[in-house]
Amino acid sequence: MSDMTDTGGPVLAADGTPLKRSLARALRRQKMRALMLIAPLLLFILISFILPVADMLYRSVQNGIVTETLPRSVVALADWDANSGDLPSEAVFAAMAADLKDAAAAKTHTKVGTRLNYENPGISSLFRKTGRKAKKFDVENGGPWKEALIDINKGWGDPDNWRTIQTYSPPVTAGYFLNAVDMRVGPDGAESRPESEQIYMNLLKRTLWMSLTITVCCILLAYPVAWILANLPMRQANMLMILVLLPFWTSLLVRTSAWKILLQQQGVINDILVWIGLVDDSARLVIINNQFGTIVAMTHILLPFMILPMYSVMQTIPPTYLRAAKSLGATDWTAFWRVYFPQTIPGIGAGSILVFILAIGYYITPALVGGTKGTFISNQIAFHISSSLNWGLASALGAILLAVVLVLYWAYDKIVGIDNVKLG
Amino acid sequence: MALPSYASTGQRIWYYTFRVICGLIFFFLIAPIAVVIPLSFNSQDFFTFTREMLSFDPAGYSLKHYRDFFGNPDWQDALWNSIKIAPVATLLSVSLGTLAAIGLSQPHVPARRAIMATLISPMIVPLIISAAGMYFFYSRIGLAGTYWGVVLAHAALGIPFVIITVTATLVGFDRSLTRAAANMGADPVTTFFRVQMPLILPGVISGALFAFITSFDEVVVVIFVGSAKQQTLPWQMFIGLREQISPTILAVATILVVISIALLTTVELLRRRSERLRGMSPG
Repeated sequence: MSDMTDTGGPVLAADGTPLKRSLARALRRQKMRALMLIAPLLLFILISFILPVADMLYRSVQNGIVTETLPRSVVALADWDANSGDLPSEAVFAAMAADLKDAAAAKTHTKVGTRLNYENPGISSLFRKTGRKAKKFDVENGGPWKEALIDINKGWGDPDNWRTIQTYSPPVTAGYFLNAVDMRVGPDGAESRPESEQIYMNLLKRTLWMSLTITVCCILLAYPVAWILANLPMRQANMLMILVLLPFWTSLLVRTSAWKILLQQQGVINDILVWIGLVDDSARLVIINNQFGTIVAMTHILLPFMILPMYSVMQTIPPTYLRAAKSLGATDWTAFWRVYFPQTIPGIGAGSILVFILAIGYYITPALVGGTKGTFISNQIAFHISSSLNWGLASALGAILLAVVLVLYWAYDKIVGIDNVKLG
Repeated sequence: MALPSYASTGQRIWYYTFRVICGLIFFFLIAPIAVVIPLSFNSQDFFTFTREMLSFDPAGYSLKHYRDFFGNPDWQDALWNSIKIAPVATLLSVSLGTLAAIGLSQPHVPARRAIMATLISPMIVPLIISAAGMYFFYSRIGLAGTYWGVVLAHAALGIPFVIITVTATLVGFDRSLTRAAANMGADPVTTFFRVQMPLILPGVISGALFAFITSFDEVVVVIFVGSAKQQTLPWQMFIGLREQISPTILAVATILVVISIALLTTVELLRRRSERLRGMSPG
């Protein structure tokens, strides 16, 4: 080797290629092999998880139904000035009559009515009622359609309904997102809904506020436990660790049902309070189906996720630091607050972000012990998917929730690093 | 940790107060689970301790809720569905997850952080969002309401746990062992099964148990993706809790607690074994 460098030529590998290229090739092959091992799982996650989430995001803006069902009317309406206050021209009415005839034959007129009803309550009956008669329309020779349609339902004489159709005719809409933040498209662009119709922002605020409360409760309860686990002798600490890990491994439904049973008005906690005499038998506490029930149950369920990261940080802090501080004259409190506590902040941060992320997405526990006042935004998403069938709104709410979670996830990765997540 | 002999009265008081506080928090952690177990032997259809139970009268206890669980076809179907879904989902996530974890632990992986973040995301993304997305997307490709749809969804949810536990085990894996094996003429497949796999097996088993319990306890996704034919045990419990709350749930809960204890014990034993082998812990 030294001979070659003396002659000034490139360093060669055994097979005669320059060493640099040979090493680069080996490195490339290593990278390829690593990627080949990861590829099947990435593909699997892509199909089973990433694409579904992307599908949901797509549905939050997708609005093809109006142009698909009413193609001619959408084209004819494009030139109409909604702010003029006049009804659209006869040509638009004729196009609508033709579209409705086709839609009624294909039975899609109710679907577009339902879609537009999310934006303009009441418009679905207009489509339903007109659709019933639309099958008999004689598109070629009938008319004039303006009078005919208004005659069937006077809703067609209201420029507001036409404006709704025009506003929601593009194949992509921000309407669901505006709905999700309690706004709507008015005559002059986006405007907030009246106070009485504002639901979702309040729900989001409540979700965030309750998650924050749960996180703070978890910090307060987890800190002493993590400290005692980190400072006891190994054998005792392992014994107590079981008490933390058992709830962690127990089914979520079991823990939720336990709380449901404990917190009932005829349940164990109320029975004990009555028996002690703290509470009168006729005035049993209402501690379930409200925010209190949700916070207690979820604090219990998420507590291990706070204890474990705190514990693993506290384990690495040498106890000699505290002794050193005290020998230098610090009181117990100063030694703790100025020396020990600052070193545990990474553990608190890791645990808090994790608990907060898990809390804001909870569905099962709030649904079972939250009643109406203790529910989260997830419950509203589930309601729109399975009961009201407004999938676009459900997707928009989901997209907002997902954005919040992903920002926190990114912060978690920056601060803690996902490689450092520990399970038990 | 022990109280020094020169501690002041204030320090003594705080020392014992602190222990009491910790005791209360441990009680908060364990009591709700512990309460379910005796209540499941209640001979009445109550969700609280009856007078007979408190005086330890044998008449206050019975196995009727367990008999109901094992005799009721709804619960039995649910149990069987859970048993049919969870192991297959676990197998999928463990095989793909272990392979990927080995790939991720190679020294040179391009975009390692991004890949890791993607693979762990099913654990972080709220279940309701995963459930909604899977419901929409699986309907498009004809998987919604099928057995394989639920298995696929549960496998995706279990993968983060496999990745986390197996990569954690691989951190302590001595890479020169695979090189030594290759040096002595073993091909990569032999090296994997005869050298690497036996050493990382504890991590793989822990990951498998996590993936299993994830699928076995999962309720949100299965409600949306599955149909009545895939009604699992947690689903049946969820319905039971929301509509007609029947005491049979207590018996089911107790059985699930026993299963969790068994799984926890296995994982703890495996963890301690690997720590002992690595010389990290004296216990």
